[in-house]
Amino acid sequence: MAVMTYLQAISDGLRVEMRRDKRVYVIGEDVGVYGGAFKVTQGFQDEFGPWRVIDAPLAETAIVGSCTGAAIMGMRPVAEMQFADFVSCAWDHLVTVAAKQRYRAGTPVPIVVRCPSGGGFSGGPFHSQNPESSFAHIPGLKVVCPATPADAKGLLISSIEDPNPVLYMEHKHLYRRIKDEVPEERYTIPLGEARMHREGNDITLVTWGAMVYTADEAATQLEADGISVEILDLRTVMPWDKQAVLKSVEKTSKLLVLHEDTRTGGFGAEIVATITEEAFESLDAPVKRVTAPDAPVPFSPPLEKAFIPQVEDVVAGLKDLAAY
Amino acid sequence: MATGTLVDVVMPQMGVSVSEGTITKWLKQAGEAISADEPLLEISTDKVDTEVPSPATGVVQELLAQEGETVAVGTKLATIAPEGADAPTPDVPEPATQAGAAESEAVSSSDAGTPTAETVEDVEPAAAPAEPAPKAEPAPAPAPSADGQDNGKAFVSPVVGRIASEHGVDVSQVSGTGRGGRVTKKDILQFIESGGAQAAPAQPAAPAQPAPATPAQPAAAPAPAAAAEPAEGESFEPMSAMRRGIAEHMRRSIDTSAHVTSAIEVDMSKIVGIREQLKQEYKASYGVNPTYLAFVAIAAAATLKDYPWVNGELRGDQIVTRASVNLGFAVELADGKGLIVPVVRDAETLNLLGMVKAIADVAKRAREKQLLPDDVVGGTFTITNPGGYGTFHGTPVISQPQAAILGTYAVVKRPWVVQDELGQDVIAIRPIMNLTLTYDHRLVDGALAGRFLRDLRERLESWEESA
Repeated sequence: MAVMTYLQAISDGLRVEMRRDKRVYVIGEDVGVYGGAFKVTQGFQDEFGPWRVIDAPLAETAIVGSCTGAAIMGMRPVAEMQFADFVSCAWDHLVTVAAKQRYRAGTPVPIVVRCPSGGGFSGGPFHSQNPESSFAHIPGLKVVCPATPADAKGLLISSIEDPNPVLYMEHKHLYRRIKDEVPEERYTIPLGEARMHREGNDITLVTWGAMVYTADEAATQLEADGISVEILDLRTVMPWDKQAVLKSVEKTSKLLVLHEDTRTGGFGAEIVATITEEAFESLDAPVKRVTAPDAPVPFSPPLEKAFIPQVEDVVAGLKDLAAY
Repeated sequence: MATGTLVDVVMPQMGVSVSEGTITKWLKQAGEAISADEPLLEISTDKVDTEVPSPATGVVQELLAQEGETVAVGTKLATIAPEGADAPTPDVPEPATQAGAAESEAVSSSDAGTPTAETVEDVEPAAAPAEPAPKAEPAPAPAPSADGQDNGKAFVSPVVGRIASEHGVDVSQVSGTGRGGRVTKKDILQFIESGGAQAAPAQPAAPAQPAPATPAQPAAAPAPAAAAEPAEGESFEPMSAMRRGIAEHMRRSIDTSAHVTSAIEVDMSKIVGIREQLKQEYKASYGVNPTYLAFVAIAAAATLKDYPWVNGELRGDQIVTRASVNLGFAVELADGKGLIVPVVRDAETLNLLGMVKAIADVAKRAREKQLLPDDVVGGTFTITNPGGYGTFHGTPVISQPQAAILGTYAVVKRPWVVQDELGQDVIAIRPIMNLTLTYDHRLVDGALAGRFLRDLRERLESWEESA
């Protein structure tokens, strides 16, 4: 075990796979000489050379398009979007080609698109979004949202191994803030398996990404009031671990879904709908969402704070459910 | 609401269909020390009289109900400051109407027996529109709390509804701690865990009742307030809990079943002879008397096996029949002021001696008020014996939800036309007993009742001595 930041764990996972599998290569804006905007691929070009650590022009369409072609030809490309927000330029290649290629032609498209996502640092509307639900909606794509360093590494390796296009949403806010023990060897964490972050009996809180830490702080506050909150970290949004959520809701009968993404059509809506369909007779309260409002992410620090769910918002939501 | 560190004593659930109880006597007063399981008060319900033991060792803080007061099951009766608790000075007992919201916490587990689900018997097999508008709230209505905590109580969440139906719990009997007094999952689970509800396995109405359109109503609605003062020459006597239970049940039965009575005359000559022979032996060896009732019960149990509908029940739109005969016997209490129907289970498996002993046992315990809650539930057919004072006919009321009740009457010597050895009609003196079968015509038709009575008579008139 070694203590790594969330960012170091991503680098480590990528490096481990590139050393193990020559088909794995990295492409993105400034990933080579500069080592990436956030330095995830620092030193990679020295180790693996410019043909496996490719500096791309400022053109996400070209990056993902070339990855799709390379994957069809047998490579295992890992593309980096400098910010998750820019993945919209690659939408057509991801949604129209990569997601449907296997279904249409039988050829797997094993690409990983790393998407540095999330806000909390006044990045404004173009550098702070969480677009996981848009891609979770597309059959053929997988969406991964790790919260811990160990998961970041294990899930990245699983994503590279996976024969499908995977969007890997790495939360920028966690890059250097979160530090934990990470196994040094290669390991995988299956896509679609939630992690029990905290066990509890009164309310189930389902979340992912950076919100796991917000949820944890809120749960700790509620502990003082005798309310015990169970936190499930989904880890992957598509496929999502429905059974784990159902099991927990059967126990607690109350569910709060927390996400940093905006509310309408956010992935929380899918979870809530599923629970009301499949666990209706287990519910003792309305299912609740705590999310960002339906608006672009503001630049202004106080406005951004009001926008992104804060610990006190989650505490209020949980208390409301507890009192119901 | 929990009273800080104090332990609440609540009116226990004393059996199926028991929705309220009367405080007969306080055995401790506020300020007195009490140990756990020591009797705190005596209560009387329409089925059973018993003592309520203290749930904790400590000091009685407050008595919240007065002697003679009738309160709903779950109503807080008293508080105990447990040993070591920082208890306030005991208050003067509150007026009785302050009994407070129904509490489910700390339901004291009574020695007197298994608490059973409230709803099972009260859910009418068929909606009974004729029910004289029962009040939704039993006994004194809980005083509305300051924060308006009694509006949302009616809402039942999906999980609470599911748990309630699985355990046969009437949600209205559970006190809610949720928003607006709503019953939460925790509340109902605690209620069940504390013994507030338990499906009585012998209770025929328990399983999968087709839900009637109307919600379950507490059994005994308080009698409408009559004139406050007796008129000249009149005097008032408060109804006992049992009397009110009987009143409610009789009224409900008449409103539920289509009562029809058929009668038959039985020549008891053979039985009289056999009984004379057995009397000495039974008395000497077992200390019991072979009553006519026991003979009739044996014959009835055997005949009921051939007529499952008479031993059956209408439940919603289902006809319930069962493998065994649980015979209820109407017994008058020693003070002549009440009636109770203890049940002899699996009556069809008993021989004459067994039946004699079983009836003697339940009758004795009934008169002495020693019955347990389980002794008075689960009957499938009832026998009432009003003939002890010479009556020869009657039209009893069916014990719900059964389909019929058998009346036995005085054995009277009558001039009787019989055939002599030459086949000639002659008049003889014979001991004759009338039997009546009062049946619910919704399920049992007159011809079926007639065949039942015919077979019953045949069994009695041709009684084998070995039986």
